[in-house]
Amino acid sequence: MAKVKIENVSINFGTTAALSNINFEVKNSEFFILLGPTGAGKTTTLRLISGLERPDSGKILIDGIDVTKVQPAYRDTAFVFQQYSLYPNYSVFDNLAFPLRSPLRKESPEKIKQRVLEIATLLKIENKLNNSATELSGGEMQRVAIGRALVRTPNIYLMDEPLSSLDAKLRGNLRVELKRIQKELGATILYVTHDQIEAMTMADRIGVLREGELIQIGTPSEIYSSPADTYVACRLGSPQINLLPKDLFGFPEIPAETKTLGIRPEDIILCSSEMEGTVRGIENLGADTILLLNFNEHEVFAYADPRKTYSYGDVLKVGIDPEKTLFFDAQDQLISA
Amino acid sequence: MAEIVLQNIQKNFGDFTAVENSNLKVETGEFFVMLGPSGCGKTTTLRMIAGLEIPTSGNIMLDNKNVTSLRASQRDIAFVFQLFALYPHLNVEKNISFPLRMQKMKSSEIKERVREVSQLLRIEHLLKSNVSNLAGGDRQRVALGRAIVRRPAAFLMDEPLGTLDTEFREKMCLELRKLHNRIQATTVYVTHDQIEAMTMGDKIAVMNQGKILQNGTPNEIYSKPRSKFVGSFIGSPSMNFIPIDSAIEKGATSIVIDGNEFNIPEQHEGTIAEKNFIGIRPEKMTLSENQGISGEVYGSEYLGTRNVLTINTEVGQFKVCVSKDIKVSPLENVKISFDSHSGIIFDGTSDKALQSDYMTI
Repeated sequence: MAKVKIENVSINFGTTAALSNINFEVKNSEFFILLGPTGAGKTTTLRLISGLERPDSGKILIDGIDVTKVQPAYRDTAFVFQQYSLYPNYSVFDNLAFPLRSPLRKESPEKIKQRVLEIATLLKIENKLNNSATELSGGEMQRVAIGRALVRTPNIYLMDEPLSSLDAKLRGNLRVELKRIQKELGATILYVTHDQIEAMTMADRIGVLREGELIQIGTPSEIYSSPADTYVACRLGSPQINLLPKDLFGFPEIPAETKTLGIRPEDIILCSSEMEGTVRGIENLGADTILLLNFNEHEVFAYADPRKTYSYGDVLKVGIDPEKTLFFDAQDQLISA
Repeated sequence: MAEIVLQNIQKNFGDFTAVENSNLKVETGEFFVMLGPSGCGKTTTLRMIAGLEIPTSGNIMLDNKNVTSLRASQRDIAFVFQLFALYPHLNVEKNISFPLRMQKMKSSEIKERVREVSQLLRIEHLLKSNVSNLAGGDRQRVALGRAIVRRPAAFLMDEPLGTLDTEFREKMCLELRKLHNRIQATTVYVTHDQIEAMTMGDKIAVMNQGKILQNGTPNEIYSKPRSKFVGSFIGSPSMNFIPIDSAIEKGATSIVIDGNEFNIPEQHEGTIAEKNFIGIRPEKMTLSENQGISGEVYGSEYLGTRNVLTINTEVGQFKVCVSKDIKVSPLENVKISFDSHSGIIFDGTSDKALQSDYMTI
């Protein structure tokens, strides 16, 4: 596997800037996730690295070598698409073996067999190898699609929302599996998604993309606890962070340039002060109860004790720990302590 | 507003039983959710309440009036479908007022009703817009508006948020519930999404294979599931089921798993099967220093507020929710223990929960 570096890359489609001056590096054996909404430029980034698009300016380096003008076939990347497309007339084994039978690679049949078995075992589809690709469930088909990339050892695996078409339970299981396989193989993966839970749970590092700009890069806990701006703060965490005007709680000491306070729902403490909020919404999730409180005409999400019962209209005391509060300035940027 | 009662409802399609001998009661003003996987009979039940299907046997009562054989149009119920169909050639105002114009209501009254509803849904500024130019959420609001404007006795909703993306769905969940709190209309809501059910419902009925397995408040269903199916369907990550290699007798207060003895709530019944399960929620499990089930960390997922660990043991793979400050890495050896007050014993043959000091419903 290799490291991949994107240097000052920009690309425009007509008058729309799809990516503006992007810089980041995926280290060797790193699981790097680009997180952003539809249209942020995630898929474009993958296409640039694989060579399906050319940047208007900037460079793409694989292991230090400039590949910006190299043909896709010679870049040695493996792509997993959102919609798995398998060869319907082939068995699972032949689907998995297909990339190894490419004339570019010329692997021996024994070697191919060994590698396919290895990957099929890793993905727990080893007993389906003789099935036709159409006799599989959705989750199995997606495993085969991922497997078809994994049989090779390319410079980098590029994955475009490979789990988004699966149902919630299966997605949850495959998240754990994919992370484990990545660690076991020491694979370099660039994965793009709009699902913050996938990003938080699988990534070594996350890059947050918005409208073609890379706003912040960091580990999941760095991005969660010190988001660069209010946009990033809202992207991670469900329910979202509470953004409130600076004087709402009358904190004695806040940075002078503060415009907005950012408080995560888990940092709102119930029953500990003289400030009062009225219950407007109750979400009982079993392990957690999330309340929507009306507090001086502002809506605040707070975690509550799931063992207690709450009713609409209840008045609760609300406390905030100033230590855990984030401060944002007039440009919505985080004011670092 | 209305109370809805189903008495011994059965629906067969040929040889196939879609809904089997179902009984339930939806109280006036209640937000009632029917939850289950696809094909469990939830939409069929809803369609029978609406009058779009006639039950094979049983009665449907709307405010103590038997409506089983009444046509849909005579039932005073509004239906919101999964795919909200708006009239593409009409503007928002005309779409909302459509049901009233069909009833030949006076135009001054129609105007007043549309104004009221659009205010409630915050779409006053869109009244003159063409519906095909609207964003998904606004279209959904218009569809809701068209249902509310009639002031029906009850609302029936069939996965109305199913087609929206995650973030937006969370927002609409909250909005729907707020709307319900304001208008207090009896609502029956069908979904396969347990999070929607938990966040919005006053009561939830869990269905599988045509049967209502349990019905109660979200809290009851989550903490005291009556069967393994309900325990595993509700909650994410799912409830853990740890196998126990022995029968459990009435009055038992402890069990042995993998050589460790654990306390359990006093059992009011014994098991029939020789192999049984104890169901424990991931947040009721902990990593323990001394005694516990030995295992190896398989995966760790950081979720901001907590970490979810996947742990492989001799007796199976389990999920454990721990504080975000506890950091463990894959392949690390750990021991798992659990909260002894909330364990539920499930019989290995019937999959039913046994009554105990804790499991009292």
